Amino acid sequence: MLGGYTLLLIPGFPFIAFVLIAALLLRRGERVAPFVLIAALLGSLSLSIFSLALTEGQKSFSTALTWLQVGSVTLEVGVLIDGLSCIMMIVVCTVSLLVQIYSIGYMKGETGYGRYFAYMSLFSGAMLGLVIADNIAQTYIFWELVGICSYLLIGFWYRRPSAAAAAKKAFVVTRFGDLGFLTAILILSFQHHGLLGPHSVFGFRQLEHLVSSGAIATGAATVIALLLFSGAVGKSAQFPLHIWLPDAMEGPTPVSALIHAATMVAAGVYLVARTYFIFAAAPAALFVVAIIGMTTLFLAATMGVAENDIKRVLAYSTISQLGYMMLALGVGGYAAGVFHLTTHAFFKALLFLTAGSVIHAVHTNDMWQMGGLIRRMPITALTCLVGALALAGIFPLSGFWSKDAVLSAIWSSHLPGHQVMFVFALIGVALTAFYMFRLWFVTFAGRPRTEAAAHAHESPLVMTAPLLLLALLAAVAGGLEFRVPLTAGGIAEVVHSGTGPETASALVIAASFLLAMAGIGVAWAAYREQHISPGAFNARFPGVYHLLKNAWYLNRAWELFASRVVIAGSRLAAWFDRHIVNGMVDGVAWLAGWTANRLRTAQTGQMQFYALVFICAIIAGLIVVFGRDQTLLALVMRRP
Amino acid sequence: MTSAPFIPIQSYLVVSVLLFAIGLVGVFTRRNAIAVLLGIELMLNAANINFVAFWRYSGGAQMEGQVFTVVIITVAAAEAAIALAIILNVYRRFRTVNVDQINLMKG
Repeated sequence: MLGGYTLLLIPGFPFIAFVLIAALLLRRGERVAPFVLIAALLGSLSLSIFSLALTEGQKSFSTALTWLQVGSVTLEVGVLIDGLSCIMMIVVCTVSLLVQIYSIGYMKGETGYGRYFAYMSLFSGAMLGLVIADNIAQTYIFWELVGICSYLLIGFWYRRPSAAAAAKKAFVVTRFGDLGFLTAILILSFQHHGLLGPHSVFGFRQLEHLVSSGAIATGAATVIALLLFSGAVGKSAQFPLHIWLPDAMEGPTPVSALIHAATMVAAGVYLVARTYFIFAAAPAALFVVAIIGMTTLFLAATMGVAENDIKRVLAYSTISQLGYMMLALGVGGYAAGVFHLTTHAFFKALLFLTAGSVIHAVHTNDMWQMGGLIRRMPITALTCLVGALALAGIFPLSGFWSKDAVLSAIWSSHLPGHQVMFVFALIGVALTAFYMFRLWFVTFAGRPRTEAAAHAHESPLVMTAPLLLLALLAAVAGGLEFRVPLTAGGIAEVVHSGTGPETASALVIAASFLLAMAGIGVAWAAYREQHISPGAFNARFPGVYHLLKNAWYLNRAWELFASRVVIAGSRLAAWFDRHIVNGMVDGVAWLAGWTANRLRTAQTGQMQFYALVFICAIIAGLIVVFGRDQTLLALVMRRP
Repeated sequence: MTSAPFIPIQSYLVVSVLLFAIGLVGVFTRRNAIAVLLGIELMLNAANINFVAFWRYSGGAQMEGQVFTVVIITVAAAEAAIALAIILNVYRRFRTVNVDQINLMKG
């Protein structure tokens, strides 16, 4: 039996790989770097599968070491192993592993090849650390660490100004959300003084115990849940903080596949799932989660329809799917949300990697400069088709099961307004199928529209093998639902009692399937057979076209917000800092200087003056002493 | 030695106080560093007179008063030697021993 601490090696292996690559392999031996990381990930993967075996029968366990003790605040490093963390770790390890193999081919010959794998190791370790963390402070540390890795990897081609700007944007925008997350942690560290003795509570299990025992009031739980959710909104690119994710496509495509599709952006969903007991105790917070999820899934899906950059279509799709997950969590479909997270990780990573394969061959991101690639790149085209079908939710691929689980959760929810959410989710299904097959038909079907597309070559085996494996996973991951013990731990019952594991009703299945087919059909008619002219549609409804093309002008809105509100607020803060805070410090210094100037005149440099002061002081002292005590004077003056 | 002294102790104390006061005024008012030093010597001797007088009028069994006086004379001699050496160096540096012209420590 391995000790619990051994499981710290799951994030530990990639960290070791990071140190090895960064310390030894950057100058020479860059070619070995990916293999070090792959070996580390294999180790992590096997330990993850082992820990999943440990949770057999819905068990969960955690162990923790004390790391820091500052006053009454104790920080621990620990592992929490349950169904949720095990699934997530296996997903992270698997996707990361395949992405690294793919990267060997994709990044070949790039300057900074070793640096790329160093960042990737750091990211993998941080992501696994985030997943395995047993307390919220540890989660936050790794949360920021994956954020910085994302920053580094988006800006991997840092000489390109757009990449540097995108990296900054991703970092700054997520910071808005992280502020809320940090505030939640600070509140938690104060919340329990007087409730549970002197120690602050960060551990998930202790918190769960606190919530279930009613020690945290509904109001406090709502505030904490909303603050945590604001962190998730930033990380998982939910409305209105979603604007960083499309720009993040400036990074290398395998990075987009791993970080901005499968794992890091899912960390927000994971955080909500991990702290679901707090949300369950705060119905208002759950409602906000559902509303934000619904808004995001709908807006992002419409944005994806009008995008021409193949990676940005996928980015909007990711935002939209994350919206589905949030919506599922919001309406109480804990298992459905996590299930969709899992399947989405596989098929979206697959789609990104196929997009990368295409970009690698054609050297452009614009779909309209591709076309007809199915003849030149059959493996890429077919695996992309599998991913697209899975995303659209076509039977029997994984997306079908998870999307129907989500839809059923919404349908059977008791949340007010769940009917509206259900309608938006269904519209989202149709839009998803439409933009995905628009992408597929434009890219792979028809005739090549450029020379580069006409002479494209299939990617090497090192890139196509991960595609095939991911396609297999994307196809069969739907079976996971019934294999993995998702220990919601009585939470699901709290949220909507009576509804057990979500069983898709026939109506829901039929509706979503028909809508997905309709979406595919419209895409086929418009972009394969050209029965419908998208150009004519755009000419007829220019308002709609421009609204979608400009992503609902949300970037513009943020720019306005930043240039007006934020700058004005910053000015105010700067003025306050300069005149009030600094003024106080300056005032103290001025007072000291003024006093010193007055006092320096006493320092005459005349030794005799000092002696005079000295004597006067002694006489004064004597007067004080003998003035008080007449008997002493009498004693001195006594006649013999 | 054992017979009661004719002159009362107050007389000695008056002399001692006068001597001390003269020394003090000398230290405060004289500009010449050597004169200041002389003032200090006068004050030390005022203390000596006090010691001897009190020793004599307190019965004179023990020798502390005299011992103190001898020690003070020794210290005064050493102090005079050091002070004169300092004054000599001050003179070399400033070309004066006028203490109110030596005010480098002025703030």
